[in-house]
Amino acid sequence: MASIEMKNIVKKYGDGFPAVNDISLDIADGEFMILVGPSGCGKSTLLRMIVGLEDITSGDMVIGGDRVNDKAPRDRNLSMVFQNYALYPHMSVYENIAFPLRLAKTPDDKVDRLVKEAADVLELHEHLERKPANLSGGQRQRVAMGRAIVRQAEAFLFDEPLSNLDAKLRGQMRTEIARLQRRLGITTVYVTHDQTEAMTLGDRVCVLRKGSIQQVASPRELYEQPVNLFVAGFIGSPPMNFLPATVKGSTLETPFGNIDLDEERAAAVAGHELLLVGIRPEYFEDASLVDDAKKHVGTTFTAKVDVTEWLGDQQYAYIPYEAPDAIRTQLRDLSRELDSEELRTQAIVSIDASSRIREGRDAEFWLDLRKVHVFDPETGENLTRDAEAGAELTRMATEDREEQVAEAAGGLTGERSSGAA
Amino acid sequence: MSTKEKTGWIVGGVLIVLYCLAPIAWIVSLSFKAPADLSNASFLPTTPSTENYATILTGNASELFLPALVNSFGICLIATFISCVLSMFAAYAIARLDFPGKKFILGTALAVAIFPVISIVTPLFNLWRQIGLYDTWPGLIIPYLSLTLPLSIWTMSAFFREIPWEMEQAAQVDGATTWQAFRKVIVPLAAPGVFTTAIIAFFIAWNDFVYGISLTSTSASRPVPAALGLFSGASQFEDPTGAIAAAAVIVTIPVVVLVLVFQRRIVAGLTNGAVKG
Repeated sequence: MASIEMKNIVKKYGDGFPAVNDISLDIADGEFMILVGPSGCGKSTLLRMIVGLEDITSGDMVIGGDRVNDKAPRDRNLSMVFQNYALYPHMSVYENIAFPLRLAKTPDDKVDRLVKEAADVLELHEHLERKPANLSGGQRQRVAMGRAIVRQAEAFLFDEPLSNLDAKLRGQMRTEIARLQRRLGITTVYVTHDQTEAMTLGDRVCVLRKGSIQQVASPRELYEQPVNLFVAGFIGSPPMNFLPATVKGSTLETPFGNIDLDEERAAAVAGHELLLVGIRPEYFEDASLVDDAKKHVGTTFTAKVDVTEWLGDQQYAYIPYEAPDAIRTQLRDLSRELDSEELRTQAIVSIDASSRIREGRDAEFWLDLRKVHVFDPETGENLTRDAEAGAELTRMATEDREEQVAEAAGGLTGERSSGAA
Repeated sequence: MSTKEKTGWIVGGVLIVLYCLAPIAWIVSLSFKAPADLSNASFLPTTPSTENYATILTGNASELFLPALVNSFGICLIATFISCVLSMFAAYAIARLDFPGKKFILGTALAVAIFPVISIVTPLFNLWRQIGLYDTWPGLIIPYLSLTLPLSIWTMSAFFREIPWEMEQAAQVDGATTWQAFRKVIVPLAAPGVFTTAIIAFFIAWNDFVYGISLTSTSASRPVPAALGLFSGASQFEDPTGAIAAAAVIVTIPVVVLVLVFQRRIVAGLTNGAVKG
């Protein structure tokens, strides 16, 4: 187990294109770090530089206090789960898991014990003698994990391990990975483009865009206090709505009515003319269903609903709005960068499942103003970010993690002593 | 598929198979004919006899045929083995490593493969005589390598390219050196490719006639195809057709056996189950 420190890491390919550009990131011992971003953001390249499969153009990669830039992958003692599992098809499951041990010339009886232990953890016992070709996707995935956990590696590296599984299995394996990481308490770096995985698994999440870090924070901080338009748009599903707004004193004029800002926020947006207001779908509600006690923290407006989607536990309504051309192009560029295609400017609004709002009619909505953010459309910067509140959220997450790790360690010694008795 | 189409396919298939197998069947039938029977104008021998086989295996042609058989096996197996090992390394380098002149090597290999054998055989004959390789096993193995290596490198590098990079990277992360990754992961995965290449290389060497007849003079190294050409009849007015047919049948057998034995290995999926399919 070890910490991983990256200092000003740069990766340039032959044509001089920086796939990874000046990344500095500290991953604490035992921490679960997620690297997330749209395709082509350099997250996989960064992971492969940690494990040693890609050369580092400049910067320092320090694992457990040693600079490893010039070490071969086998000297770094890391274990990795590949996106397509990379199992050895000519070996049985047993030999696949035992492979790292065999290379380390571990005695047979110890190999047997360790492989059996790993198989127990991953419930692979009845498959040990089978070949990978005869296993299902989920089983192959578990074999790949078994090969990773069987030896005492300094850290686990996952390269989109669940992207080849179907949705149901992905959910199961996700919790399985979380449980395993907590139990073993090993430093983990996990690359994904799936934000559910990013939000649920990570202690901290590092959002990358075009080879640079945008924000490193706990999932909660990313969600509630994003630093810029990119992070705000990337985290959350359905994504945050960005409404064009013009500043009039301490009031923002938006397509959905005026928003009055408190002093602090008004000061933050002063001096700008055109802004983007970021509102998460769940900050909206069907006005008729909102408690009177709560109503004063928001504002109500009337809009025509285009489409509604009823999902049982919740309901989404789509409200089209008009936006100036400049904003429209920018929003389209942003959505393209986030691997989606926004065809029209519309707000996605999450309302209670019991709401009777219907398509094609005017309806009254309520908008919670407490967590609304205001972005500068030119720089993308979040003008109303509360850095302290954000740091507090990440600090709480760190505390939680330390507590869990301590608990897991206690539980493990408990198990061991009872096993000995 | 309608019944009509199906019948069409079956008829067509049978015709093609007959067309391909007829000469072989003819040779087999010839090999069982007695000398007097050879021009009996019918496909089947009137009375099947094993006289021809006796001639080449124990009779007066056996002095020519049996050493040639040993030579052919020895020379072809050695040439195949060397060309497989060399082409395995070469193909690995071509498929995996980035080095200057890669395209040039592949291009040269192809050029050598299509180079007409007949044009180099005369200079080779003179050279071999002067350096003492004429009429020796190495004197045939070396030219055979020039025939088999280019094709082996091409076939093998195609197979190596099919093996996912991740296999090797996974092995390296698991703690393997480049050599260990090659030996424990890549070679077993490339086994079907190695077998295919070996069979192709063996055929090429086994079928060679020009080198065999030009670079040998005695039974010290003369291979079967050359020996067949030297068969003579009982008198100068008699063709050794029956004996040649019998010998041809015998040299066909190892090739057929080889293909049948390794067929499953060749057809077997290359990296079945390695990655999500």
